[in-house]
Amino acid sequence: MKYVDEYRDAALVRKLAAAIARATTRPWTIMEICGGQTHAIVKYGLDDLLPKSITLVHGPGCPVCVTSADLIDQAVELALRHGAILCSFGDMLRVPGNGIDLLTAKARGADVRIVYSPLDAVTLARENPAKQVVFFAVGFETTAPANALSVLRAAREEVKNFSILTSHVLVPPAMRAILGSPDNRVQGFLAAGHVCTIMGTAEYGPIAREFGAPIIITGFEPVDILEGILLCVQQLESGRAEVENAYARAVRAEGNVHARKIVESVFEVCDRDWRGIGVIPQSGLAVRPAYAAFDAARRFPLAVSCASCATECISGDIMRGIKKPHDCPAFGKRCTPEQPLGAPMVSSEGACAAYYRYRSRALEPASRL
Amino acid sequence: MCLAVPGRIIEIIGDDPFLRAAKVSFAGVVKLISLTCTPEAKLGDFVLVHVGVAISVVDPQEAAQTFAYLQAMGELDGLDVPPVHAPLP
Repeated sequence: MKYVDEYRDAALVRKLAAAIARATTRPWTIMEICGGQTHAIVKYGLDDLLPKSITLVHGPGCPVCVTSADLIDQAVELALRHGAILCSFGDMLRVPGNGIDLLTAKARGADVRIVYSPLDAVTLARENPAKQVVFFAVGFETTAPANALSVLRAAREEVKNFSILTSHVLVPPAMRAILGSPDNRVQGFLAAGHVCTIMGTAEYGPIAREFGAPIIITGFEPVDILEGILLCVQQLESGRAEVENAYARAVRAEGNVHARKIVESVFEVCDRDWRGIGVIPQSGLAVRPAYAAFDAARRFPLAVSCASCATECISGDIMRGIKKPHDCPAFGKRCTPEQPLGAPMVSSEGACAAYYRYRSRALEPASRL
Repeated sequence: MCLAVPGRIIEIIGDDPFLRAAKVSFAGVVKLISLTCTPEAKLGDFVLVHVGVAISVVDPQEAAQTFAYLQAMGELDGLDVPPVHAPLP
């Protein structure tokens, strides 16, 4: 596949790994933000190709992982108590809430459906006018245009039985929260490429300067990720803290202005509770009052649970780069993809799922490429 | 979640900018994709697609430049990467 296969080239990967080894003279800790990058790193064994002195820690860029348990409870409530057709990306279904997960709700008779796109949920609503259809709109900036489009399309086509349950989160406030934490160990970031495809790069300069941390806009294939690491190490070694774009084929400085306009027309910035991390001010998106009719949180009387269930899950420490999945005593024992204690073990982008899936195999790293 | 896959536009459907869509081929698998966020996209372009929406037209010049730069790291040829960690059991 063009623009994919050539970025998995083993010879180029080795060249980049060698360049990183030559550039590294001291220990550095680098965080990749996006769960998609985490999975590529673990799947291809890219961390095994790096000098021991470079530590990659895994960031909070897994929307399924950071969606609060309360919101999952509300999704379950919409499906079970309000009889809505609850549409979701597949990852959400087995994530535990405070009570049951969506898959269990489905087993108990709720109409829970997996869709590929929020636009498919609008079509479903049009085809089922007697039912309420709610799309569980989770995601980062990358997904916000599609979710906003679903609202605009429903408004334009007067699909009055469609609404979204929003759990949108934003990357830059999370980066600030990580860097500003007293126990932070992250020295440089690989920024999430597709978030920047939408939002551009302007938000990152002030963060890089304020915290003295280089930020490299990075793609998702092995060559992309190693290029991002190389640029980050070069900056760290030379004492620079700048924003560099290592994903120029997909990211322009200004982002996607059309997509941003669509997002801004439907959503406004709000405070958001990140599962495992807590409330980060101004780190989420909520539906604007003008589109209240399409906001499930306004449309349905939903219980607001303040229950914080005791859990062994250490996802907050993992997503802030303080611990790694195998530091958790429950990892692979009491917590598995079949019986997850927390979201990172069940999401396809969760760091724990990546370690569970790929790190139990006895493969020599290079043979995976 | 932020996964976006590059595919090639093989047919454009509709003139209304809000509803403009395309048939996009992902190495032979064809899906109907919204072009609302990428009005500049044209037949034959590669677009990055995320949850049914094209979020960017892939810039072939930037891709070629980056790739040429990476491949030109010729001075490193012949250097092999020593195994950093022992193979997993």
